[in-house]
Amino acid sequence: MPTDEQIDFSEMPDSYGHFGPYGGVFVAETLMEPLTELREAYETYMQDEQFLAELDADLQNYVGRPSPIYHCERWSRELGGAQIYLKREDLNHTGAHKVNNTIGQALLAKRMGKNRIIAETGAGQHGVATATVAARLGLECVVYMGEVDIKRQEANVYRMRLLGAEVVSVESGSKTLKDALNEAMRDWVTNIDDTFYIIGTVAGPHPYPAMVRDFQAIIGREAREQIREQAGILPDALVACVGGGSNAIGLFYPFLQDKEVAIYGVEAAGDGLETGHHAAPLCAGKPGVLHGNRTYLMEDKNGQIIETHSISAGLDYPGVGPEHSWLKDIGRVTYDAITDDEALEAFHTLTRVEGIIPALESSHALAYAAKLAPTMQSDQIILVNLSGRGDKDIHTVAAREGIKI
Amino acid sequence: MSRISACFQQLDEANKVALIPFVTAGDPSRDITVPLMHQMVEAGANMIELGVPFSDPMADGPTIQRASERALQNNISIHDVLAMVQEFRQQDSTTPVILMGYLNPIEVMGYQEFADAAATAGVDGVLTVDMPPEEAQGLLDALKPHEIDPILLLAPTSTEDRIKSVSEVANGFIYYVSMKGITGGSNIVLSEVSAKVAEIRRSTRLPIGIGFGIKDPESAQTMAQVGDAVIVGSVLVNIIESLIDTPDKIGDEITRLLGSMRQAMDLI
Repeated sequence: MPTDEQIDFSEMPDSYGHFGPYGGVFVAETLMEPLTELREAYETYMQDEQFLAELDADLQNYVGRPSPIYHCERWSRELGGAQIYLKREDLNHTGAHKVNNTIGQALLAKRMGKNRIIAETGAGQHGVATATVAARLGLECVVYMGEVDIKRQEANVYRMRLLGAEVVSVESGSKTLKDALNEAMRDWVTNIDDTFYIIGTVAGPHPYPAMVRDFQAIIGREAREQIREQAGILPDALVACVGGGSNAIGLFYPFLQDKEVAIYGVEAAGDGLETGHHAAPLCAGKPGVLHGNRTYLMEDKNGQIIETHSISAGLDYPGVGPEHSWLKDIGRVTYDAITDDEALEAFHTLTRVEGIIPALESSHALAYAAKLAPTMQSDQIILVNLSGRGDKDIHTVAAREGIKI
Repeated sequence: MSRISACFQQLDEANKVALIPFVTAGDPSRDITVPLMHQMVEAGANMIELGVPFSDPMADGPTIQRASERALQNNISIHDVLAMVQEFRQQDSTTPVILMGYLNPIEVMGYQEFADAAATAGVDGVLTVDMPPEEAQGLLDALKPHEIDPILLLAPTSTEDRIKSVSEVANGFIYYVSMKGITGGSNIVLSEVSAKVAEIRRSTRLPIGIGFGIKDPESAQTMAQVGDAVIVGSVLVNIIESLIDTPDKIGDEITRLLGSMRQAMDLI
C-alpha cells in the first residue's frame, strides 16, 4: 500500500471509479451506457466556463454561499481545550449542505436535456433540496421515500409536495432509505431516456461518488480560506458526521493533502456499537457490494444487508461512500462513532450555549468534537461541519424526551 | 463441453428453443424447491434458473423482490441454495442449473470458495445481475477452471462496444434483457427485440436467451422466433405467491403454464 506521501488525492478515483478496492460500477447492464453518458457529460461540463459560472452564481445568490465559519468561544471555553469552529452549512437555503449537490446535478440534467428528476430520500433533506431546485428549473420531480420515513418526517413530505414534487411511498424491504434507493434505481432503469437520477450522497455507481464529492467540495475550499483568514492557520482537526458521507467528504477533500490536519469521520453508534443497533459500517461492518459500489456495509454472514438504527434519519443507512472506505483503510481519516444519547446531549449543549439548533446528524460530529477538544491545547483548532439545522428534528427530540408539542 | 452448451447443441439439432423457468430458491418454503425443479423439467423446461435470494434486488420488480423476502424469512442462504442444487443433481445429471442473483452473497462467501462449492454442487452457470464485465474479472477467474459459465446481460441500451466486451467474457449464452426496466415489466416490443438480437448476433456466436416481460404462451412463442432461449420468471413467481395458502397446488399450476408455453414454442 502506498504511503501518504505518494498519494495524489486529486487523482482519485481511477477512470472506472475505483478508490483502491472500493467504488466501481456494479449495476445491471441497462444502466451501464447511461452511466457512461452521465460521466462524459459531467467531465465536459466541469471544464465548461459557462456551466461553472452559472453554478457559482446559483450557489451565491440562491443558496447563499459562502456560508460563514463561526468560532464557538463560549462552548470552547466550557470544554477547556481546543477552539471549536463551525462551518455553517445549516445557513444554506433549505437548511443543509444537500443543496450544493442538487443545484449542480440539476443544472447538469438541464444541459443533458433530461426534463424529469428522480431522487431518494431518508430524512427528507435531500428530497427537499431536490424538489427545490426542480421547482426553480421547472423540472418534473419524483421523490422515493420509505413508508417508515414518511411517517417519521411528515413535515418534509409536505414541503416536497408544496414544491410540486410527487412523493412515492416505498413499501418494500425495510421501508427506509436503502429501499427508496432501490426503487429510484428501478424508476431510472425504466425511464432512462428522459430521466436524471439525482443521488444525494457520495455513494452509488461511478461517477456519482466523485461527482457528488466535487459538488460538495466547495464546503472545504471555502472553509480552508476562511479559517486561514480568521485564525491565521489551518485547523488541527476536522470533524464531520458520516452517513453516506457527502458533507464529510465535502469538508475533508480539500484538506486531504494537508498532512498536519487530523481528520475524523463520525458514524452513528445508535444504541451502542456493542448492541448491533447502529448505522456504523466503517466502525463495525465489512466490505461488500450494494447500490452500485463496493464499500463497507452493514451485512450478515451471508451477505444480506441488515437493518440499521440511528436517532438521526440522515445517518440511518447500511452503506457509506467508497472514498471513505478507502480513506479508512489507508489511515488518512479516523472513523469513530457516537451514540444516540451522546448526539442528543450535544444537540442540547450547542442550542443552549451558542444559540444554534443543530441537526441530529451534525450533532454526532459535535459530540465527537466535545470529546476531542479537552485533549487538545487552547491554541489548537477543531473545525466541525455543521451540516444542517435542527428545526426538522425538534419533534424527534421532544418525543424522545416525552414532551408533546 | 459445458452442460449448457451441450443442451443448446442438442436443442439446435432438434430445431427447438430452450425454455428456462426462474424460481427463487426457498420460496415459499425450503422443501418445495427441489421437487418443483424436477416438475418443471418434466413440463418441458430445458434449463433451470434458480434465484439466490438477496435483501436488495435492485433490478427486480416487486414480484421477485417479495419472493426474495419470503425466502429470506425462511433463512435461505447461498449455502442452502447450493445444497438444493446438489440434491437436484442426485436425480438429474443433465439439466443445466443457472444461479441468478446479486453479487454480494458471493462476494462475502469469497469468489474461490463459492466457485469450488458451486462446482461440487453441480451448478452450470452463474448470473450476477449487478456485475458488468468491467468488474467481473475476479469471479470469472474463479469460475473458469470449473467450467462454470458466466452468464452476462445485454440490454436495449447496450452499444456496439459493450456488446463486444460482454461477448468476449460471456459463456454458455447471453441473456438479453428485452426492455428498459425491471423484471415483470410489460412493455416488450417484438420489432425492437428482434433488431437488437440481430445486432448482437453480429458480435457473438453464443446462443441468446430473452427474458423480462414474457408472461404467457403467446409472448413465449413470439420471443422463441427471435431467441435461442426464452426465460420466464415473474409470471411463475406470481403463481407461487397466489397459492401460498395451498402450496400443494403450486407444482401443478406451474407445470400447466410451462407445458402450454412449451407447446406454443414448439409450433414455430
